[in-house]
Amino acid sequence: MPVWFRFVAMRLFRLALLLIGVAVVAFALAKMSPVDPVTAYLGPNIAKVGPEQRALIAARWGLDQPVATQFLAWLSNLASGDFGWSATYNAPVVDVIGSRVAASAALMGLAWMFSGVIGFSLGVIAATFQGGWCDRVIRVYAYVLASTPTFWIAILLLMGFSVALGWTPVCCAAPIGLLPEEVTLIQRLHHLILPLVALSILGISQIALHTRAKMIDILESDFATYARAQGASRLDVALRHGARNAALPAITVLFASLGELFGGSILAEQVFSYPGLGSATIAAGVRGDVPLLLAIAMGTTLVVSLGNTIADSLYAVADPRIDIAAGAPLREIGP
Amino acid sequence: MTLFSVDRLTVAFRRYQGLVGEVDIGCLSDLTLDVVRGEVVAVFGASGAGKSLFAHAALGLLPGNAVVTGSIRFEGERLDAARIAALRGRRIALVPQSISHLDPLATVGRQLGWAARRAGRKGFTAGDAVAALDRFGLDGAVLARYPHTLSGGMARRVLLAIATLGEPDLVIADEPTNGLDPDNADRVFGYLRGFADAGKGVIVISHDLSAAVASADRVAVLRDGALVATEQAATFREDGGAGLTPYARALWRALPQHAFSGVAHA
Repeated sequence: MPVWFRFVAMRLFRLALLLIGVAVVAFALAKMSPVDPVTAYLGPNIAKVGPEQRALIAARWGLDQPVATQFLAWLSNLASGDFGWSATYNAPVVDVIGSRVAASAALMGLAWMFSGVIGFSLGVIAATFQGGWCDRVIRVYAYVLASTPTFWIAILLLMGFSVALGWTPVCCAAPIGLLPEEVTLIQRLHHLILPLVALSILGISQIALHTRAKMIDILESDFATYARAQGASRLDVALRHGARNAALPAITVLFASLGELFGGSILAEQVFSYPGLGSATIAAGVRGDVPLLLAIAMGTTLVVSLGNTIADSLYAVADPRIDIAAGAPLREIGP
Repeated sequence: MTLFSVDRLTVAFRRYQGLVGEVDIGCLSDLTLDVVRGEVVAVFGASGAGKSLFAHAALGLLPGNAVVTGSIRFEGERLDAARIAALRGRRIALVPQSISHLDPLATVGRQLGWAARRAGRKGFTAGDAVAALDRFGLDGAVLARYPHTLSGGMARRVLLAIATLGEPDLVIADEPTNGLDPDNADRVFGYLRGFADAGKGVIVISHDLSAAVASADRVAVLRDGALVATEQAATFREDGGAGLTPYARALWRALPQHAFSGVAHA
């Protein structure tokens, strides 16, 4: 269908523009940072290398070229799939990210799903029984956790469940000293629980509060009142009209929160020494591993903006009032 | 026999004042009204007179901070909140004001199905839905449409169709002709008259006095939350409304189509 094709093409075009913009800014930031790639590469060996040799390495890497030339060279390498070499892990950036994504995807994907499903359910329950004890408990939970930093929650969980109770492991994604192929699924899950809980808790409160506010609006709407006039019970109104109408905004928030999920995972993975993308980001930042840092920045941009695009498209598919052909502003239409 | 009556119905809203004080803001006071089977009673009033509030009170749809006193009776039985809730949709049906009372994300067909289940109808089929729409001159294709694609007149007829699903004894129509052209308005009033002729009681809430007088048997005039007059519709039509109470007569003669005749008589 041409309308759909144009919609998708327009989105992809915008995505490409965004990626180029992020590439420029990220590259400029890396260039302006005090991190010197040669020093970072050499590490402790810096003492053995003289200024002439350093200049040689810099020339070999093209660091003596103008910044614009360097940028274009980097961009064309990116386009051909070459993300460079990670000095931190002494491996190609693509391999580093590949191995980390698997660990992070499980953590972030599950945390994302839980915060969506549990957050939405809590929001629906709180709004349905607005003012009741159920609503109060959920609200207090959501407000307290929405104002709590992830790393602090992570440390508390670690102190409680790993140190004091000893139920969960203290670190990592698998028992120390085992080869990757020897680790069982149960062991993986066991190591995943605490980071997952730490990461989910935050997302849940945000989705729950948002859903609750949206649901309350809907339950006060004309069509909810009319449903009651037709003899509908409170649960009937909440599920048929409330949850259905609140689902789209909740999904939008869920997709839009992908960026925060990345931010949260960096902190949570750091506290639990979980070998995912988040801890790789910190390591890359601390050691001045520019290629890895830039690649992660680009990857995150791609995922977050794809998430937003999906949210917008879902609106277009699920809300009958939106006509893509008419180019209606997608987010301004609410129930 | 009286089908439905309210006696000294008073509605106020409780608001907080300052830190601990509460104040009741009166909206309807001492409203007494009844309707018998086969009768159309119009409740007329300007905006803010409390017309819609009366409809919501009669259906038990007021928000939690509303304080309701007085009595509401249905077939002689005094209704409490739980009893009203049990009668809603089944014996007492509401025809709401506007298209915004339909869920924007569900097709007309689904909403008819939900309403039928809420009215206690078991085994409601697509054929039943088509039949319900057909009574109001709508074809089956409307079932697949979303509310925002309906015209004002069609939406009103869909709302009428939903109201009849539970075969109610009393129909309360809240501004059923708001925003309709005269042809469509006449049609809607015709359907409401038809309900009464079929033995139901009908309460029409309207701010259109001439339409209310034309279609109703009796007209109750609300002003600032209080009933100032309940007149036979015929009284309006006789002799320029000479037999009316002063406020009703003033309203009637203020209408564009009567002001001139009023002047001519004088």
